[in-house]
Amino acid sequence: MSEDEPTGGLLDQDGRPITNLPERGFVRKVADWASARSMWLLWYCTGCGAVELPPSFTSRYDMERYGIGPMATPRQADIFLITGYLSVKTVKRIVRSYEQMQDPKYVLGHGSCTIDGGMYWDSYATVKDVGLYIPVDLYIAGCMPRPEAIFQTFEKLQDMIIKGEAVGWKKYKDNYSWYRKNQDNVFKRGPDWALEEPELR
Amino acid sequence: MTFSTTSWVMIFLTPILAFILGHLFLGISRKFTARIHRRVGPPVMQQFIDVMKLFGKRESTTHSWVQDMGALFAVIGVIASILFIPIGGEAVLSFQGDLIVLAYLLVIAPLGMALGTGATGNPNSAIGVSRGLMLMMAYELPFAMVLVAVMLYYDTASLGDIVAAQKGAFNWAILALPLSAIAADLSLQAMLGEKPFDQPVAPSEIASGPMVEFGGKYLGMLMVWHAMSIVVEAGLFVDLFLGGGVIFPGDSVLGLIGNIIVWAILALMMWLISVSINTVFGRFKMGQSLKFYWGVPTLLALLSLSYVVISNLGVI
Repeated sequence: MSEDEPTGGLLDQDGRPITNLPERGFVRKVADWASARSMWLLWYCTGCGAVELPPSFTSRYDMERYGIGPMATPRQADIFLITGYLSVKTVKRIVRSYEQMQDPKYVLGHGSCTIDGGMYWDSYATVKDVGLYIPVDLYIAGCMPRPEAIFQTFEKLQDMIIKGEAVGWKKYKDNYSWYRKNQDNVFKRGPDWALEEPELR
Repeated sequence: MTFSTTSWVMIFLTPILAFILGHLFLGISRKFTARIHRRVGPPVMQQFIDVMKLFGKRESTTHSWVQDMGALFAVIGVIASILFIPIGGEAVLSFQGDLIVLAYLLVIAPLGMALGTGATGNPNSAIGVSRGLMLMMAYELPFAMVLVAVMLYYDTASLGDIVAAQKGAFNWAILALPLSAIAADLSLQAMLGEKPFDQPVAPSEIASGPMVEFGGKYLGMLMVWHAMSIVVEAGLFVDLFLGGGVIFPGDSVLGLIGNIIVWAILALMMWLISVSINTVFGRFKMGQSLKFYWGVPTLLALLSLSYVVISNLGVI
């Protein structure tokens, strides 16, 4: 993280962005209930985490009985599941995919690598903390997390959505300059957001 | 054609019925597929929740007003075609030649979607649309022959009259024209977009094809279109070959409701046959689909058509 003082948005005592919970009317509460019971995943299979997902959605654990299922593109998805470590090159793809998703959107960090780098803690080529670049609603600890842990996280996320506490998408809007600053430390955006070759600093 | 108060009420009730039935059919088929996979499966109401969520999203990206028009075209096209389908023996709009109008209307919704997806500019959607048009060319050939055979056999181009002509025990067209029925059911598989003919929306291959840039309420519109088109297409088969589900005398309200329930059960049956084929198949390539449809189904439809023509001439 940069030493400079970030601009804009609310920060907590650790210097992480926070946001106010949005006001919700009756219609919004119903919509939130529906979105808690129908969560479509976009998983970004960067690392080894992807191997835990086939057991989660096939007959052993059957993710679909909670209304959770895989989706093909970011536009259609509600949940961004980042499974495993991110290299500095893939962070750009992560941010781009995240920004294509439609609000309200939620991010799950799957595995220790997304929290502190995990076994790649001293690697020169990996990003250690995904939360610096996009807002992560929940982390699943473990290397690898078993499907039981994944399902526990989904239940927790459902609770948070119904209570209106999962507000990562709002955090990103309110504190965009903070996130943008961190993103700029890793990659450079082209003038029309084109995918340029990364210019590492 | 004059409109009574009943027809005005039915114009609003029929699309609502199709909406509910379509999402129920999709929910049942998801449970059905899950049981074949030895899974528990989502609740039957899952499809309603999905649509509710999509319309409740806070944000929906549109690329241009053409995309909005495309989604509208799809839904309006399918609502227009459901009005021509006799449900329980009674269609909202019925006149001589409505089967030909319906054959054109069935194409409006997919073309509307093609219009909308073309506006998004994503290459995957262009691939999906071109695949969809190729597939349409493949299955429309046998299906058109089936329609002509049925129209010639009953000597009418009105779906209502075809349903009325099949009234009575063992009088269904599936017994009179079995080869046409088989060809129509094979065409139904591609019309419903189920495997092995789901190339237009191949999620793992071209990222769900035409829907690739649709999110939020736009995707919701397309899902409503998909659900209602299942009712239209399965219902068309029931009307053409299974007597339109008319087993009770339709002059009383109770009889009409009974007929509608029988019609819905028969349509669900046709849909589940398609879903069971879907569950055990992989995906064909485009060339394989064209080869398949211009082979056996076309031959069956042609045989049935020539049988009808020859018997109409009075040779047999």
